[in-house]
Amino acid sequence: MSGLLHWVATHGEIIGRTVREHLVLSGVALAVALALALPMGVALVRHPRAAAIAVGGVNTLRTIPSLALLVIMLPVLGTGFLPSVVALTLYGLPAILLNTLVGLREVDADVIDAARGQGLSERQITTDITIPLALPVILAGIRTSAVQIVSAATLAVFIGGGGLGELISSGLGLLDIAQLVTGALLVALLAVATELVFGAIQFGLARRYGIAS
Amino acid sequence: MIRLERVSKTFPGTALPSVDAVDLEVPDGTTCVLIGPSGCGKTTTLRMINRLIEPSAGRVIVEGEDVTRADPVQLRRRIGYVIQGIGLFPHLSVGDNVATVPRLLGWPKAKVASRIDEMLSLVGLDPATFAGRKPGSLSGGQRQRVGVARALAADPPVMLMDEPFGAVDPVVRARLQREFGEILRRLGKTVIMVTHDIDEAIRMGDRVAIMRGGRIVQYDEPSRLLGRPADAFVADFVGADRGLKRLTLEPAAAFAVPGVAPPGVPALPADASLQEALSLMLASGADAVAVAGRDGRPAGLVTLARIREVAAAQAEGGAASAA
Ligand SMILES: Nc1ncnc2c1ncn2[C@@H]1O[C@H](COP(=O)(O)OP(=O)(O)OP(=O)(O)O)[C@@H](O)[C@H]1O
Ligand SMILES: [Mg+2]
Repeated sequence: MSGLLHWVATHGEIIGRTVREHLVLSGVALAVALALALPMGVALVRHPRAAAIAVGGVNTLRTIPSLALLVIMLPVLGTGFLPSVVALTLYGLPAILLNTLVGLREVDADVIDAARGQGLSERQITTDITIPLALPVILAGIRTSAVQIVSAATLAVFIGGGGLGELISSGLGLLDIAQLVTGALLVALLAVATELVFGAIQFGLARRYGIAS
Repeated sequence: MIRLERVSKTFPGTALPSVDAVDLEVPDGTTCVLIGPSGCGKTTTLRMINRLIEPSAGRVIVEGEDVTRADPVQLRRRIGYVIQGIGLFPHLSVGDNVATVPRLLGWPKAKVASRIDEMLSLVGLDPATFAGRKPGSLSGGQRQRVGVARALAADPPVMLMDEPFGAVDPVVRARLQREFGEILRRLGKTVIMVTHDIDEAIRMGDRVAIMRGGRIVQYDEPSRLLGRPADAFVADFVGADRGLKRLTLEPAAAFAVPGVAPPGVPALPADASLQEALSLMLASGADAVAVAGRDGRPAGLVTLARIREVAAAQAEGGAASAA
């Protein structure tokens, strides 16, 4: 225990850098996954056949283990930040896309019908009715995706993406238990914190809209 | 005015038309009730008027305008619509629900706010209590009221109502029918209402269209529908008790004559029908009952003999004439 504290106290710089890398990597991957999956979900919900194909593809994607996904990037994009972001984006995308589709589809047909009957345009129905009503489910998907990405980002070190995986792999290599455990604890802490933060956002929005998630 | 001219709808993949060459004319300020067995095409007919369903053939004219030429989104903002399942927006407050169409039309904020209060009061909901609440916290009857308030909010000349009282118990239902019938008449709305409750049709309709298999088999005033059913289907549909039902159309007070009320029999309220008068006589064994006037004091007596006369006159075919 004192060894662990000593290691943390004397390696502030590398801890700071790897945490920062980890957060940037995860944040960028989540942002790209959101930017892709949300519009895709909104567009696909109106086209059941295309949606079925997309869901099939995304489900296949989901079965690929995160490490495999990262290593597949090697021959295509080489090593470093970019291939890590691409792999993590692909890893986080299914949860957001699937939940967006499910959430939008589950909106009560009567509510949409009433909206159309009052004279809302199709665009207004999407922005004012279905998206707000699907928000709790969409947010649950984002939360799952964020936690998945933060955990999987640990493996980015294998293709030179940096992050907290660095502490774990070099700890393993050097048989430096203090470094290894510090890395592992920090990853766990980040994952739990991510879960809590997104949970709080989800709860707050559900309350604001007065609907259960 | 609403006019349907040989309007038909055949859905893709179906052999028979769901609505088959329907002609219907609803004069300004009157209520037309569409009634018929499930699946006979009531909802389809209604939804072709605001173009939620595109007719396969025929013309629909609302307020002098052929709706097939109108932009459907703009058209719907001019037609109040209460859907079969109410469909309140669960994430918005009651007030925001009511404000839907006024906001779409770009009304100024202050006008929207006062309109919310006005509409909620109109349908019997206290704005201070209800405007801020979410639909999820309302009773079924209160939701129906909000649904109607939302449809009325931008003061559309025409209202389409699909089973607006479908989700409430009979007591609330009767009260809503009376209240909303009164409101719609007072506002001079032209209304097409769907129901599958014949009593509701008789109570609320100036004219009633009975549908079967996508066609209108009879379109008539309630008294004529009950007195002169066009065929066996209509006779069966309005019920074997149509003679009794017809008495519900006649206010008891209109047939009251001076006289002394029999002891121990309560007086009928001022708005009671001849059917209620007859029912009270049968229950009490008396052959005359007192009716209260508008001021609450007894206005006179309705006698069993008089009811017989009215029923006989109705059976002759003409509408009964008040004494
Ligand atoms: N979108 C559709 N595609 C195919 N058939 C349809 C569609 N909508 C309605 N129909 C059919 O058209 C017929 C009339 O339906 P409609 O909803 O107008 O009946 P309704 O009189 O309102 O019945 P209910 O009293 O049960 O509400 C039914 O046979 C129904 O199955
Ligand atoms: Mg219907």
